[in-house]
Amino acid sequence: MPDHDNLPSLEALESRLVRVPVLDPEALEAEVVGVLGRKQGALTLLLRRLPSLPPEERRAFGASVNALKQRFEEAFGARREALAAQATEARPLRDLTMPGRSGWIGGIHPVTRVVHRVVDIFRSLGFAAVDGPEVEDEWYNFLALNFPADHPAMDLHDTMYLEEAGPPGPGGRLLLRTHTSPVQIRVMQAGPPPYRVVIPGMVYRRDPFDPSHAPAFSQIEGLAVDEGIGLVDLKATLTHFARRFFGPHTAVRFRPSFFPFTEPSAEMDVRCRICEGAGCPTCKGTGWMEILGCGMVHPRVLENVGVDSERYTGWAFGMGPGRMALNLYGVPDIRFLYEGDMRFLGQFAGTPE
Amino acid sequence: MNLSRHWLEAFLGRPLDSRELVDRLAMLGAPADDVVPVHAGLDDVIVGLVEEVRPHPHADRLWICLVNDGTAERRNVVCGASNVAAGHRYPFAPVGAALPSGLRIERRKLRGEPSEGMLCSARELGLGDDHEGILELEGVAAPGTRFAMTQALDDQRLVIDVTPNRPDLLGHKGVARELAASYGIPFRLPSLPGTSPSLPAIQRSGARGVTDGIQVAIEDPAGCGRFLGAVVRGVRVGPSPEWLRRRLVAVGLRPITSVVDATNYVMFELNQPLHAYDLARLRGGMIAARAARSGERVLTLDGQDRPLPAGAMVIADGSGVIGVAGVMGGKGTEVTDQTTDIFLECAWFSPPRTRATRKALGLSTEASYRFERGVDRWNAAEALRRCLEVILRVAGGTISAEPVDLWPDPGHPARIFLRRGRVTQVLGVELPMTAIEEALVAVGAPVVAKPDHDRLAVEVPGWRPDLVEEIDLVEEVARQYGYDRLPSELRPFRPGSVDDAPMILASDRVRRELAGQGLLEAVTLSLGVGEPEGAVRLMNPLSPDFSCLRRRLLPGLLREVERNWSQQVRDVRLFEIGTVFHPLPGSARPAEEVRVAAVVSGGRTPPHWTASGRAPDFDGWDLKALFGFAVALANPAAAVQVEDGGWLARRTDGTIVGRAGPLTADAPRWAGPVFGFEVTLASGPAPVLGYRPLPTTPASERDLALVVPDTIPAADVIRTVAAAAGVEREDSTVLDEYRGPGIPAGSRSLAIRLRFRSPGRTLQDREVDEAVKRIVRALERAHGITLRTA
Repeated sequence: MPDHDNLPSLEALESRLVRVPVLDPEALEAEVVGVLGRKQGALTLLLRRLPSLPPEERRAFGASVNALKQRFEEAFGARREALAAQATEARPLRDLTMPGRSGWIGGIHPVTRVVHRVVDIFRSLGFAAVDGPEVEDEWYNFLALNFPADHPAMDLHDTMYLEEAGPPGPGGRLLLRTHTSPVQIRVMQAGPPPYRVVIPGMVYRRDPFDPSHAPAFSQIEGLAVDEGIGLVDLKATLTHFARRFFGPHTAVRFRPSFFPFTEPSAEMDVRCRICEGAGCPTCKGTGWMEILGCGMVHPRVLENVGVDSERYTGWAFGMGPGRMALNLYGVPDIRFLYEGDMRFLGQFAGTPE
Repeated sequence: MNLSRHWLEAFLGRPLDSRELVDRLAMLGAPADDVVPVHAGLDDVIVGLVEEVRPHPHADRLWICLVNDGTAERRNVVCGASNVAAGHRYPFAPVGAALPSGLRIERRKLRGEPSEGMLCSARELGLGDDHEGILELEGVAAPGTRFAMTQALDDQRLVIDVTPNRPDLLGHKGVARELAASYGIPFRLPSLPGTSPSLPAIQRSGARGVTDGIQVAIEDPAGCGRFLGAVVRGVRVGPSPEWLRRRLVAVGLRPITSVVDATNYVMFELNQPLHAYDLARLRGGMIAARAARSGERVLTLDGQDRPLPAGAMVIADGSGVIGVAGVMGGKGTEVTDQTTDIFLECAWFSPPRTRATRKALGLSTEASYRFERGVDRWNAAEALRRCLEVILRVAGGTISAEPVDLWPDPGHPARIFLRRGRVTQVLGVELPMTAIEEALVAVGAPVVAKPDHDRLAVEVPGWRPDLVEEIDLVEEVARQYGYDRLPSELRPFRPGSVDDAPMILASDRVRRELAGQGLLEAVTLSLGVGEPEGAVRLMNPLSPDFSCLRRRLLPGLLREVERNWSQQVRDVRLFEIGTVFHPLPGSARPAEEVRVAAVVSGGRTPPHWTASGRAPDFDGWDLKALFGFAVALANPAAAVQVEDGGWLARRTDGTIVGRAGPLTADAPRWAGPVFGFEVTLASGPAPVLGYRPLPTTPASERDLALVVPDTIPAADVIRTVAAAAGVEREDSTVLDEYRGPGIPAGSRSLAIRLRFRSPGRTLQDREVDEAVKRIVRALERAHGITLRTA
């Protein structure tokens, strides 16, 4: 920087900057006027000298002054905030209706909440939570589960297959699992009975993404296999679950249904929570809400994984935590569940699960 | 499947309450999705008795009628129907009534004469196309009675969900059988109006036969197991009578002509699709069921010219294919107004063959739906006779010869053994033998033998192709006994042989902790558009938006940040735990990995009035801490390292298991910067916690202000400090960084707070000062770092 008779005062000014963070409120305001004041502020005076400088120096000098001005403004601002914060902290609690201070409150997703509640209830009944791959082959997803090849039952599972370079492997084509049931097969292959597991996970169907469908959604499934397990246990355990989940006086009914991998098969309904049985649009006038599908594990499924179906019997169930979340929290559109809208997810923040 | 309540009532011979019916159907395994009135909008229409008819004084074709509507008054009604006559009853819509069309009846004047209501035609009531005249009512219903009641127009359609294993419930008879067992009453085929025609006996023959000169053949017995044919001559093809039309309308079918309506009626009654051909348009005096030959095509009833897939079952005459067997008939032999003689087909087509053909043609019909699930091949002759009965009643004609019944391999209905012990084992409760037998009788599977006291031999009825093994009968016993009657007993259990999956435990741990950090859990779809690096692709995606499996979580979360911005939400803090997929070299199956990712943008805390509603935005330091926290939880064996402009997590073997840094997004002007991280979840045990004794001696603190060249990272400084300080150093923290006046360019001042403590004794100032000197010397030697003097 060229020599100039005004420059020393610019540096002197700069050295005053370091003292700003310790100024008390009065001294701070005096310093603000002293440095930035519109008439007698030191920087203002410096800028006024600009026209008297040789033209080749004006630009550099002006830039230096402005840079310094900006640093002073920042320093003053920071000190003011610090002083204000101190003042607030020191302020006695007067108006106790003023809002308190907190950090952000996080939250667990509504579907996960349902999954956790389901898993917790079943853990208390001796079940363990297990998982498995989301990409499966036809054997695990269908054949091992007693889906007859190319049968109308397959129409219930509109399946998405993977693009494969080579021919399909021995288990058939690769696909996105359409239910969590293939994990039953993997559990039973891994070791001997007894089995008591619940299986949460994502499953896939070739459905559009609209208010009542999603191409990927959450499912939870349970399996209990041992000697001496019958439909009576299934009814009792799932009724117990429904009462723990929905409330101690929840009415439950089991009605016949069909799944290739269970027989006898059933659907479990609970009394409609909206109309309590009177019949309303939510329960299509039946007074009941379908909660889960269940049944006694088909002997052929047991035989497919080498479990002696004459010695062992068992039951399984499957339900959709997403659909339960919609019901439980009154959410009108399934897409809310699989999008990250802060305004929606924020409604599930902080509250206990 | 659509059911008509009236139709079921005709089977059961008693009225049914629809609410109770719905409950019973649900408990039998056929829940109703919907119950709707078949004839809506007739509530206001009553029976009107015309007592007097006189010509309109000012119009040639109008009449003035005096109508008794059940009240003391008589209504003046102007009517233009030529068939109106005194002493007859007609549907009457009084002033204020609304008709199914939405028309509201008002008091008005027609050519100067007042009219207080309307006498209605069938069309005006939505009951048919007939508008030639008003609908004359039979019977002696009192004037003023609700019209719908007198005409049995209060039918309801029940839309039931039939599971794929129960083809028998695709006909009213099958449903009636179940209901009859449930109510404990008999059921029988409804009798039809008019005089009963006499029906011929039907004799079974092999793969070939003749009826009325038509050569009939099954050329592919695997695809067509039974084929019956009958010729009816002299039929009148025209509109069906009211009773038949109503049945069809009730189940949602459009009445077409008498002959076609008759086949549809039997399909919905007995679950047996039939097809009528115009005999005059049949070529070569022959008809055959065979497999399609290569290159064959057919023009189907819907007007489409269709190439036939190899192996499709077809019906052919002397000229070639005339219909797709079990799916749809052909245009060339369609029954029309001109038809006088018909060939009626009633067959059993193989379910998998029908399914394959239906899928190949992309043509699903009421008939294919039923054949695919299985019709009762033992009942085919009865179905043909029923259809002939309906045709003779509604279209007349005569059966010109004994029908032909080709059934090359009738076989025997399946026989299954049921052990009582097995019933007890599967249900978990012992049922009385009588209850088991009653249940089997109710499904139509009678016990034909008892080889020993514990075993029953059961003959499976033809309408239940789903009953093939013992467990199927166990289900029937449970179903007929009633799931609700079985006890519900929580019994002792053994723990399973499988433990909680480590990955589930690890996910739950990470999830709870990140929510504790103020982040909201999101779940996004693991399907997306393809990324350039080569994602796992789907063969049959529903849309290009969902054609690939995600390789990473962050892009999805970043889209959600943008979605929030688009809703004017500036403060975004999301995390997700989910699976990602990578093609795995040398394996068809992709690799799956569970990961956790998070994004933050906007205010670091909620605004508060004590800070004038301002909160600083999230910055890289928030991210670094969050990332370190997540790595420690999700992948404890990995260490966080600095990478150009961000951080990464590396395991000791060198594998990179996570990254963090600023992200670029399509941000509005007012948005804050976005930061994010993604870490692979390792399924390890939970971190081990252990007790360390709490200190009993006081600590000494010293602050150092150091001038540190920018080239020397703070981490190195801390390392040198730690090495030089000795065992008494407990902790060292960077308190402040300062650049500016007093510090040379290219350097910064770091303020470091040191804490010293000895577990056994109180440290003396002299010792601590010594340590500080050691540290300063070491920093000078190692990095040329000096104490700040200004």
